[in-house]
Amino acid sequence: MNPLELAGAGPGPAFEVTFDGRRIEALPGRTVAAALWAAGVTSWRTTRGGGRPRGVFCGIGVCFDCLVTVNDRPNQRACLVPARPGDVIRSQEGTGRAD
Amino acid sequence: MRTDLAVIGAGPAGLAAALAADRRGLRVALVDAAPEPGGQFYRQPAAGLRAERPQALHHQWRTWVGLRDRLATSSVRVLSEHHVWCVERTPDGPAVHALLGPEQEKPAEVRATAVLLATGGYETVLPFPGWTLPGVVTAGGAQAMLKGGLVVPGRTAVVAGTGPLLLPVATGLAAAGVRVAALVESADPGRLLRHAGALAGKLPEGAGYAARLLRHRVPFLARHTVVRAHGDTRLTGVTVAALDAHGRVRPGTERRLPCDTLAVSHGMLPHTDLAESLGCRLDGLTVAVDAEQRTDVPGVWAAGEATGVGGAALALAEGHIAGRSIAARLRGTVPDPGEWAPAARARARMRGYAAALDAAYAPPAHWTDRVTDDTVVCRCEEVTAGTVREALALGAGDARTVKLLTRAGMGWCQGRMCEPAVAGLAGCEPAPSRRPFARPVPLGVLAEQHEQHTERGPS
Amino acid sequence: MSEPLTCDVVVVGAGMTGAACALYAARAGLAVTVVDRGPVAGGTTGAGEGNLLVSDKAPGPELELALLSNRLWAQVAQELGRPVEYEAKGGLVVAENPETLDGLRRFADTQRAAGVTADPVPADRLHDLEPRLAPGLAGGVRYPQDAQVMPALAAAHLLRASGARLLTGREVTRVLRTADGAVRGVRTDRGDLHAPAVVNAAGTWGGELAARAGVSLPVLPRRGFVLVTEPLPPRVRHKVYAADYVADVASDSAALQTSPVVEGTAAGPVLIGASRERVGFDRSLSLPAVRALAAGATRLFPFLSGVRALRAYAGFRPYLPDHLPAIGPDPRAPGLFHACGHEGAGIGLATGTGLLIAQALTGGTPELDLTPFRPDRFPRTTKEAEQ
Repeated sequence: MNPLELAGAGPGPAFEVTFDGRRIEALPGRTVAAALWAAGVTSWRTTRGGGRPRGVFCGIGVCFDCLVTVNDRPNQRACLVPARPGDVIRSQEGTGRAD
Repeated sequence: MRTDLAVIGAGPAGLAAALAADRRGLRVALVDAAPEPGGQFYRQPAAGLRAERPQALHHQWRTWVGLRDRLATSSVRVLSEHHVWCVERTPDGPAVHALLGPEQEKPAEVRATAVLLATGGYETVLPFPGWTLPGVVTAGGAQAMLKGGLVVPGRTAVVAGTGPLLLPVATGLAAAGVRVAALVESADPGRLLRHAGALAGKLPEGAGYAARLLRHRVPFLARHTVVRAHGDTRLTGVTVAALDAHGRVRPGTERRLPCDTLAVSHGMLPHTDLAESLGCRLDGLTVAVDAEQRTDVPGVWAAGEATGVGGAALALAEGHIAGRSIAARLRGTVPDPGEWAPAARARARMRGYAAALDAAYAPPAHWTDRVTDDTVVCRCEEVTAGTVREALALGAGDARTVKLLTRAGMGWCQGRMCEPAVAGLAGCEPAPSRRPFARPVPLGVLAEQHEQHTERGPS
Repeated sequence: MSEPLTCDVVVVGAGMTGAACALYAARAGLAVTVVDRGPVAGGTTGAGEGNLLVSDKAPGPELELALLSNRLWAQVAQELGRPVEYEAKGGLVVAENPETLDGLRRFADTQRAAGVTADPVPADRLHDLEPRLAPGLAGGVRYPQDAQVMPALAAAHLLRASGARLLTGREVTRVLRTADGAVRGVRTDRGDLHAPAVVNAAGTWGGELAARAGVSLPVLPRRGFVLVTEPLPPRVRHKVYAADYVADVASDSAALQTSPVVEGTAAGPVLIGASRERVGFDRSLSLPAVRALAAGATRLFPFLSGVRALRAYAGFRPYLPDHLPAIGPDPRAPGLFHACGHEGAGIGLATGTGLLIAQALTGGTPELDLTPFRPDRFPRTTKEAEQ
């Protein structure tokens, strides 16, 4: 059993987004975080002090640990932002803004 | 837009209040951050996933269906994807300031005669070595991703911490195909039995979960704690250990459980930022309300977790009472509490449960002993426990001064994640923080509003 | 009196000014006890930006104190090192139109005559100094002496370096005086501290402490909001502000005034000050104030429009009616010394104030003439006159 089967999901066809240049498939309705989890990715940010990897922590938009750059827009919360066809998702380093 | 009542938060409390007020003829705007109403408790799979059996992930499904259907036939105006960052007191009543959509770059404003704060809560996780590794998530976060995205973070999970949330999360993950290697609860189940009287109504629910744990063969480790999460760039396992009666690790009981997911929770905290900046009196960490769910600020009501964490049934009762009170008060009449007597009785009973659960599920007394100096406490600003301890040695007597001296709590999340930990390390009771912005606000939005307001008249 | 002395001097207030008084008094050989009803840096120190400015001051006693203080800050920062986050970044004051620029240049001329380094910057050179500044500004003046510290850290580390005994969470309820009026210590909610000298470094609450010593000092709060952004890479190099700030600082108006002061911090966030309004001790958020700050800041630095403010906080700047601090011995209460009322400049003026107090405590000749700072310079209130 997987979660899709458990809930009897019959989503429309998957679409493509890229994560750090790699193509991944995303199901309609899923957030960026859910799409990345489904693709086996659990971290997409490094901290600005220690350069440590981070991903989802609170999952409801409170902790800001899952910040990610989507279509050149930095500091998006992956757990809130829906994935859309063609999205260019990039791992975010530090402040997410070029020096 | 202008309305009679703005309800902030479309979880159980907000829904119940909106429906009660709508039925009594008020114009109601239900303002919520999510794409669909329901809040965290009734979070539904994203519409695009076309789930036919969402109830497989839910409890109290029939209650949700009732609320959903009544909302659909009501005149309540649902303002979804409205992230409220401030409620301002103005001479014409409260002004609700929000940012739109997931990007939160464009502003929206709702003017109302009354406002109900049904802002819910968020989880507390106390730090331990390794808790910042990817793969470590809050128990509620794992549940939210499962309910909303129909997705799980890994194959093998440990569910740990303390509190009534751990059971549904463990059974939910197990039902979704995750191998749950252990449910690690630091509290003593015997303490729950001591509150059996107060919890009588809750015991069948607990027994149901216990049966499901058994069915999924989830080992239950009571009076155990996760001492450390292992891994370099990704969680690979946790070390768990037994606790003695004083909350200290029993030497020699440590053992390692391989896992790629740790879902952890140490309880819930209410969202009180909006109430705080409105000037509402807080009672400890919760918004103080009277028997009608009124705060001490005229025109401002509060219900649900914001007024004390107690679960969905309590929130529904409080929301219902608040909605009826608002309907009467806005019409200039004094409500008759007799009309909502059943809800008031449910509220009293549920508050009793909540108090008993609170007493039974407390983080182990000596948790700070296990927070090594190199453990990150503030996840945003990467402030370690060692740095916090140095600040205490420099003369910081309270959490606010620790924050000033270390930046713990000054990052993106504004201390929501680290505050209980900092207070614990400082040896003081957690106190509510001032967060005038409940969410980050683009400076451009503030600047534009300045231009608009100064155009309207002299500033 | 036969009570044993606790120490040579009790400093009331563990903020920046109290810390500096403790440091210089201890270096002058005095045994110092610092007492505060809250924690270290719990008052205005914890709510400021850490400005060490000469640029916003007109020639006169305050500027002299600022110049002295900035020299001392550089020394202290060298001794204490990185923890105080001292940065001699310099200030850049810009004018939006030619008329303002004229005024700014004339102001800078007078400052230069008083010993301030003030370099005119033509419009076409502004972006060499601050690449992200808005286009179309008329010009500016650069002040290399302006600097910055992280105020709470600075206070805590100065206190530690002083070696003073620190008693936090203890409120001074009364300044004890002998029958002939001399100060003999303080009474706190947890016992008396005996000393022949007491320094009032209570900041915004300095008037209240003076009253507890039986003298009047009309210190009043002026509320200021500061906006704090998300962490950014270094994008604002100087302390940058618009020329109208100087007029606001010196203003007597009670109404809200905002002129943006924008600066980066070592930690990443950009700080945007500084509104000023006289509303008593009301801490609640004023959206008009923070909106005006945001409008001013984005006008100077358009890129800030897309940057998020994470928080806003209020602080209460202690001011006296003539906008000068009270520094030195109080002839009305021998043994009582005041070091408060620095308004929005307390962090910057702390070191000079501390040195002057230490010199006064030890009977030395103060480095600056204390006459303009005399605590008894204000007319007596009717109540006092009756007594």
